[in-house]
Amino acid sequence: MYNKINAALVVAVVLGVSTPALAEQALATGSMLANNCTGCHGIDGASHGPSIPSIGGLSKEYLVGIMKAYQEGKAYSTIMGRIAKGYTEDEIKVMADYYAGKPFVSANQKFDAKLSKNGESLHEKYCGKCHEEKGSSSDEAGILTGQWMPYLQWTIADFKGSKREAEKKMLTKLEQLLADKGDAGLDALLNYYARQKK
Amino acid sequence: MNLTRRNLLKATGAIGAAGLFGFPFLALGGTNKKVVVVGGGTGGATAAKHLRMIDPSIEVTLIEANQDYYTCYLSNEVLSGDRKLESLHFGYTGLAKHGVKVVHDLATAIDAEKKVVKTAGGKEFAFDRCVVSPGIDFKWGAIKGYDEKTADTIPHAWKAGPQTLLLRKQIEAMSDGGVVVITSPPPPYRCPPGPYERAAQIAHYLKHHKPKSKVIILDAKSTGAGPKQPLFEDGWKKLYGDMVEWRPGPDNEVKELKAGEKISVTSFGDEVRADVLNVIPPQKAGKIAFDVGLVNDKGWCPVNPKTFESSLKGGIHVIGDACVAGAMPKSAYSANSQAKVCAAAIVDLLAGREPGIPSYLNTCYSILDTDYGISIAGVYRLSPDGKEIIAVTGAGGVTPKDATPDQLKREVSYAYSWYNNITHDIFS
Repeated sequence: MYNKINAALVVAVVLGVSTPALAEQALATGSMLANNCTGCHGIDGASHGPSIPSIGGLSKEYLVGIMKAYQEGKAYSTIMGRIAKGYTEDEIKVMADYYAGKPFVSANQKFDAKLSKNGESLHEKYCGKCHEEKGSSSDEAGILTGQWMPYLQWTIADFKGSKREAEKKMLTKLEQLLADKGDAGLDALLNYYARQKK
Repeated sequence: MNLTRRNLLKATGAIGAAGLFGFPFLALGGTNKKVVVVGGGTGGATAAKHLRMIDPSIEVTLIEANQDYYTCYLSNEVLSGDRKLESLHFGYTGLAKHGVKVVHDLATAIDAEKKVVKTAGGKEFAFDRCVVSPGIDFKWGAIKGYDEKTADTIPHAWKAGPQTLLLRKQIEAMSDGGVVVITSPPPPYRCPPGPYERAAQIAHYLKHHKPKSKVIILDAKSTGAGPKQPLFEDGWKKLYGDMVEWRPGPDNEVKELKAGEKISVTSFGDEVRADVLNVIPPQKAGKIAFDVGLVNDKGWCPVNPKTFESSLKGGIHVIGDACVAGAMPKSAYSANSQAKVCAAAIVDLLAGREPGIPSYLNTCYSILDTDYGISIAGVYRLSPDGKEIIAVTGAGGVTPKDATPDQLKREVSYAYSWYNNITHDIFS
């Protein structure tokens, strides 16, 4: 594709016509595109919170997937859907690459130490199979450990309310957790993630 | 040199030679490049910091008269009493940590030919490129009877700081049943939704403390806050009943003040008396932009949207509220976004490279009540002809009209998170 553009540019220049439409197809760099995110998500995606998540260090797969879900309305959002629609698939890949290459910075936040103690076993039982390494790895799943708690609370609420698309096995596990332990179980989990630092 | 030629050169492998011929400012000596940034508000501080982050070899000097900066954004919450002004305070030590040389002095002149900035303190600062981020100034006299001195008693509160506190004090001192009048200016002006958020924040205070009072907006515009206007009207009604009254333009544009009696005279000839009067005057680019000759006949600074280099003076870039930025509104997010595009372009230009493809964003929250926020967002690109900043169609826009209480509550929380992150991006 790029070769085609370059070839077309050469032809166009030789013919003496300007080629703004072609120029527009070229991609901005990852850092240029990421500049747009910084105002809300922090430099290199390290958010100062409390409710906007850190996005540095999330996997490319996760980031591309969630941006697409925002675009298509499959993940509920207040503002991300409106913003995500402004970027092409290629741009989203470039942005995702950029953030995937940055470190995840754990949130410096308050948590309930007592609640968090019960969270570890709950994590292993209900979440750990996909959210590996105590919730700190990011492949297709998002990072939970060290993520801002208000963000996780809302995200869980969206899963529960069928406002955010999720894999069936995840919804099953979430339902099981709630059936077994209720909202207190969820609280314990979230405080566990808040306590852990990635 | 345009992108087309660059690509041709790249294709033919002639970029090295072109660098020398195409970019006369590509000095061959080993001395560091110098950028002087005039104005330490949102735009200027962002540009200074990001220049250093992208290329630490560049010597960046920031010239700002004040030691203390108070953000305008979120300052309407000071009027309701929900927030203290101190929470909006930032200094410049964070920038110094990035190696920005911060000089507290007033830039009084910029010589575009000799590439020197001169200050009131008698100093001179040489530059390879200069960034001017002067913010706004008021068109004193555009409203007959309202000048800089009148603002000591009838605040504009459109630059955060003592003016914000003065307006807050007057609202606190007003007795129940009083009338607060806000005059909203013709476009363009800083923070398009600001006057309408302000009405809500003042009503938020009055509802709890002086419930018989009223807030009247006398507006120069028939469209009010634009896309957010229906959301404001809906929010005012839901939250504050009939307390907020919006009187749209053009008939309600305030043309004259009888300052002593706090009476606003509209273009239609109505006289509206206030107990507390807040005049948000018509605006133009900050003073230095006029002194240096960076403004057009409308009082704003035309720029190349790809680099923010002035269309009128080469080597000087203008960002933030003062510049003409196509579809982008005059907001903090816009200034921050423009500053980063500008910084990246300057680094490229100083290195003899064609600046890369820019990308811009705006997001702006308005808080109408404790758990009631709305937002507008826009994604922007360079137009195909490279002359304009245009909004990407099908993206952006405002909070939906049927937003749930949960969504409105989240918007408030996101507004605060945005504030934490953007101020960190600018000043830390």
